[in-house]
Amino acid sequence: MTTTRSYQSHQHPIWRRVLVTPEVAVIALLVLVVVWAETSVPNFSGPLTFPFLVLDAAPILLIALPMTLVIVTGEIDLSVASVVGLSSVLVGMLHHDGMSIPVAGVIALAVGLLCGLLNGFLVAYVGLPSLAVTIGTLALYRGIAVGLLGTKAVTDFPLKWTNLAQSGFFTGRLPYIVVPIVVLGVVFVLLLHFTSFGRGVFDIGLNSEAAHFSGVDVARTKLVVFAATGVVSAFAGIYYTLRYGSARGDNATGLELQVIAAVLLGGVSIFGGRGALHGVLGGVLLIAVISSALRLENVTVNVINIIIGLLLVLSVLSSSLLAWVSRLRSAGGVGRGRSGPRARRVAA
Amino acid sequence: MKLHGKRMGALTALVTSLVLVTSACGGTGGGNGDKASGGSGSGGSGSSGEKISVTFLPKNLGNPYFDTSDKGGKEAVQQFGGTYNEVGPDTASPDAQVPFINTAAQQGVKALVVSANDPKAIGSALNQARSAGTKVVTFDSDTDPQYRDLFVNQASAEGIAKVEVDMATKQIHDSGEIAILSASANATNQNAWIKLMKADLAKNHPKVKLDAVVYGNDDDQTSFDKTAALLQSYPNLKAIISPTTVGIAAAARYISTSNYKGKVAVTGLGTPNQMRKYVKDGTVSEFALWNPEDLGYLAAYAAKALVDKQITGKQGDTFTAGKLGKYTVGADSTVLLGDPFVFNKANIGKFNF
Repeated sequence: MTTTRSYQSHQHPIWRRVLVTPEVAVIALLVLVVVWAETSVPNFSGPLTFPFLVLDAAPILLIALPMTLVIVTGEIDLSVASVVGLSSVLVGMLHHDGMSIPVAGVIALAVGLLCGLLNGFLVAYVGLPSLAVTIGTLALYRGIAVGLLGTKAVTDFPLKWTNLAQSGFFTGRLPYIVVPIVVLGVVFVLLLHFTSFGRGVFDIGLNSEAAHFSGVDVARTKLVVFAATGVVSAFAGIYYTLRYGSARGDNATGLELQVIAAVLLGGVSIFGGRGALHGVLGGVLLIAVISSALRLENVTVNVINIIIGLLLVLSVLSSSLLAWVSRLRSAGGVGRGRSGPRARRVAA
Repeated sequence: MKLHGKRMGALTALVTSLVLVTSACGGTGGGNGDKASGGSGSGGSGSSGEKISVTFLPKNLGNPYFDTSDKGGKEAVQQFGGTYNEVGPDTASPDAQVPFINTAAQQGVKALVVSANDPKAIGSALNQARSAGTKVVTFDSDTDPQYRDLFVNQASAEGIAKVEVDMATKQIHDSGEIAILSASANATNQNAWIKLMKADLAKNHPKVKLDAVVYGNDDDQTSFDKTAALLQSYPNLKAIISPTTVGIAAAARYISTSNYKGKVAVTGLGTPNQMRKYVKDGTVSEFALWNPEDLGYLAAYAAKALVDKQITGKQGDTFTAGKLGKYTVGADSTVLLGDPFVFNKANIGKFNF
């Protein structure tokens, strides 16, 4: 059974196996939506669209990079938005107490690293499920953030820094935030797709035990990806604070779901072991472009949420649907109905 | 298993792209349908200037207070023949407002009427919109003055203090003991009002004695308990003023089920939805707030006056706001709606917020 299937899958020409992937599907859809928006959404083709889109999507884009690695290992990190909030509060308070932005920023990054290490330690070395751990730290880090600053907001940031977070090259057409996004993007692409560390990340997601026996340090790998998520989230928090010129305990509440939605839409499997960063980039931009275009069409936020939610469900559903269809087909070939599940067991 | 997975992956991709493409087409269809209205909207806001496009951006959507204020805004925009649009986030956070401000700038709307979730966080987005030619009017919640052209203020401290003293003293025929049930002891707004109320009482109502100011901390249960304590400590109490919506509702709830009902008056600042049943059962005869509908109406006319260059936001500028009449711009580019609005049995049925 298994061998038959293997040969069948190799009958597809290589171009098809490379091109016909969820990643390419998302990017193709992104191109389609951009073409549609450019041609039929009033004002979408204006000069302000791109910089606004990048500025808005930047925190999601940044955090989605390490989040992809976390999800590929089969884990999840729900605490990222709380780390953004905590980092924002720290930058605000430390600056308010007279520290310069770079020094306050470094401290916020260090705290972000600690947050990530704590998540990673509990998941990798204590062996707790990441869903439970990061639901806990979601509340914990947010609680600290709100506790530190209460309902107040720090807003007295120097114009030099808030302008830096909002302006860009070519009189603002290309926001400066693309520099860290590109640098981190290259780093994470190299790490995930071109190193043995990255190979280990995939192996853990496919089968953690097998990965362990083939020489992957499972615990250390997990610790590293969670720590990276903490640091990048803290960096997103610094950007967030300067972009909006406002440090508040409730900053970025709910951002974790937007990040995870974008990662899954980008073709990363929630069960781990499969995904690619170009798909994630496509997923983040797809959501950003759809939101931007629909806002320009004066579609209300609830309808936008419904459309993005449906898109996400469809993208996840399509893979399950396909598995079901192919099961039906193979069952029909062998001898109807009942051999389907059995065949699956054999294959597994 | 791996190879099986790959095959699965390829098939998945095919269906994914099919499904996604189909949904994209669906989206395109819907989009084109929408475009008809969107297109006419932006056509109206074109440089020829025949139609004034005004976008209302409340703190969040689905909030009865802003539903009411934006209804007033819509009425005004329709009266002067402009294009009205309401957008907003689902949560009242400043970062969620920014994309909508950006969108307004992209659309080149003539005026944006916004209730700010943060006095500063949305500032640079507002300034970007202004440099793109959009006039910015804040209402209900202001930003720092450098980020907007005009603020439409719902009420002044003097106005609020005066209406509360007037309502209370009228009900006790200008003589007797009263008390104040406030929010927290360091609430800035309430303390300013209480100071003004004390001055007004001393000057104009010599026979009215203020027994005590107590603090319910804007907590329903604490306010309820403080009301009970007040009534026991001061048996001759004839009226309670609560300059906070939480306090007045809690005080009214206590009195409506006690034998003080009809003997001790409750008044202050409240919202019609919270106070409706106490007005109907006679516990409360009148209370005040501003009329959000008038606030939205005035903000829309102020936006129009800015777009028409009738006013610039300079102190002393005047404009006419439809049925509300003539308004003058005060200090800090602020327009005051007027005296607070008094709600009573006769008019409360008209309000839902």
